[in-house]
Amino acid sequence: MEELARADAAWPAGAPAWLKRTREDASGRFQSLGFPTTDDEEWRFTSVAPIAEARFAVAINGRAALGSADLVPFRLTDLASAELVFVNGRYAADLSSVRPLPRGVRIESLASALATHAGEVEPYLTRVAAFERQPFTALNSALFADGAFVHVAATVALDAPIHVLFVSTADGAPTMAHPRVLVVAGEGSQASIVESYVGPRGDRYFTNAVTEVVVSENASVDHYKLQHESLNAYHIGAMHVTGRRNARFQSHSVSFGGALVRNDVNAVLDGEGIDCTLNGLYLGGGRRLVDNHTIIDHAKPHCSSREVYKGILADHARAVFNGKIIVRPDAQKTDAKQTNKALLLSEDAQINTKPQLEIFANDVKCTHGAAVGQMDDDAIFYLRTRGLSLDEARNLLVHAFAGEVLNRIPAEALRQRLEAMLLRQLPNATSTR
Amino acid sequence: MLTITNLHVRAGNREILRGINLSIDAGEVHAIMGPNGSGKSTLARVLAGHPEYEVTEGKVLYDGQDLLAMDPESRARAGVFMAFQYPVEIPGVNNGYFLKAALNALRKHRGLEELDAMEFMALVRARMQMLDMDETLLTRPVNEGFSGGEKKRNEIFQMAVLEPRLAILDETDSGLDIDALKIVAAGVSAMRTSERAILVVTHYQRLLNYIVPDFVHVLTDGRFVRSGGKELALELEEKGYGWLEADEVAGAAAAKA
Repeated sequence: MEELARADAAWPAGAPAWLKRTREDASGRFQSLGFPTTDDEEWRFTSVAPIAEARFAVAINGRAALGSADLVPFRLTDLASAELVFVNGRYAADLSSVRPLPRGVRIESLASALATHAGEVEPYLTRVAAFERQPFTALNSALFADGAFVHVAATVALDAPIHVLFVSTADGAPTMAHPRVLVVAGEGSQASIVESYVGPRGDRYFTNAVTEVVVSENASVDHYKLQHESLNAYHIGAMHVTGRRNARFQSHSVSFGGALVRNDVNAVLDGEGIDCTLNGLYLGGGRRLVDNHTIIDHAKPHCSSREVYKGILADHARAVFNGKIIVRPDAQKTDAKQTNKALLLSEDAQINTKPQLEIFANDVKCTHGAAVGQMDDDAIFYLRTRGLSLDEARNLLVHAFAGEVLNRIPAEALRQRLEAMLLRQLPNATSTR
Repeated sequence: MLTITNLHVRAGNREILRGINLSIDAGEVHAIMGPNGSGKSTLARVLAGHPEYEVTEGKVLYDGQDLLAMDPESRARAGVFMAFQYPVEIPGVNNGYFLKAALNALRKHRGLEELDAMEFMALVRARMQMLDMDETLLTRPVNEGFSGGEKKRNEIFQMAVLEPRLAILDETDSGLDIDALKIVAAGVSAMRTSERAILVVTHYQRLLNYIVPDFVHVLTDGRFVRSGGKELALELEEKGYGWLEADEVAGAAAAKA
């Protein structure tokens, strides 16, 4: 793995020794695991051969390829307390903005945090996202050069969201980036974080992102992931969350782009009284593949989880949804509910969907439901008899289908922005031509 | 306004309409009555542009235009409206939002300015009151969870808002109790003008006590077997459809002899 050696050379001098050891472990781990194959149950329907067989260089610089208007549609500058922009995995200070923040809030580049106050990062980094059995998380842990570090001190409430925007370009040849995000919400604190992944130039590249989120006692974190990669890009992203007693965590994942996309969300409810929400919406068209794997691990009693994932697939698009809910032996009074639905807009679109309930406690309430359907022709006709065109009718129905997920987004301004994005994407996804 | 000539319609392998002739002028109310399976609803749905039917013969002119060549939305924009026998439930689509989108699509076509939310609310409020509808029906998804009566009222409400030139009511009376029937019929009757034509498709005469038609046509087995004034409906009520079918058979036999 020559890439590993080269990437390591790019690591800034002065990295703490503990991290160097972890990276060596992760590197060794990745080399023994290798890229997953479809023989692996977790990757049964998703072949990563296009990634494994391609050659990607660590981008040293991609700024030259980026036009000044490229980022405009993806920015949330007006809504955000801070907007950190990364180009090919590297922090771009001049594209970023941070408003004055309350005391006790750190929002910064991970590389600079490691260079100047690594002690604040050490208790968490790589400890939430295990890489023993996850090759891509191992690869990220071995190779990440930068990313975002967010720390909200106890009892601090940050009202405006934090936006972390990862931009990728091809820099002449296909590139790869391994962005890393660490969010630590102290006891009783409150924050919301938006991660965007975008490829405005339509390039071919590989993003392998890992996010770690720690939600302390009584803390509340809303996390948004907007996957808006180039339609020629490969995106593998894993978020690992751990919640403590009475924590509240919401994840809203919206997946629009990418040729091959895998989103993992692993939430460990490691304290009583945790309230966890996982929402997902994904759009697929062309011959693209989008795979969502989620795990909610009810490790302690009296936690509740709500999960809704919905997909809209056109053309020859394929999707995978695998939702695992684990209820550990002492996690009594667990209340878990999972729903996943897919709307297939063409005969050639397909989805493999699998709820996976592993329940080891006896006094629990767990339900799941899955539905795959087509556009309702009667509804289309009904709308057309009222004067809506065929395209308007189809868009309205698709929008309504997606609405069930978008309407759960608590932040009004963000929800509206996402709806606007969805409306822009829909004509491509639902076109009859 | 509407001229149907020798209309033959098939669904799958079955010929459902076998030579319909009908002419409707502005200001008129026509009722089409007939037993179940006679093709009444098929005629209504063909006029609205339902894709499931194949017209094998005949033509339909609407204001001189070939109606059958128009897609459903073009018909709607030209002023054709059908109140559905079974209004479709559309989860996730807000009833008010949908109606505003529909109204603005029609207004745009007519060269009128689109209405904003305030103007729209002012317009719909009066019509909801007329139909004794709860305003919360506007914020609920289209027809989802509506009772049978609420769905039918919602259809007539849409008609009152969209103000069509040709309104086709497909068994709007089915599933309504007498109070709801009176309210719906009053709503329809209030829309009778000299510019508008109304085609009422019904199995029962009951509705026609409240929406009094100018003409009644009896459809049996895909053909009109009798046309007349409003008194024909009363005659049917008294004697049943069997009377006409027997009559038709006798007539056919006589013709053969």
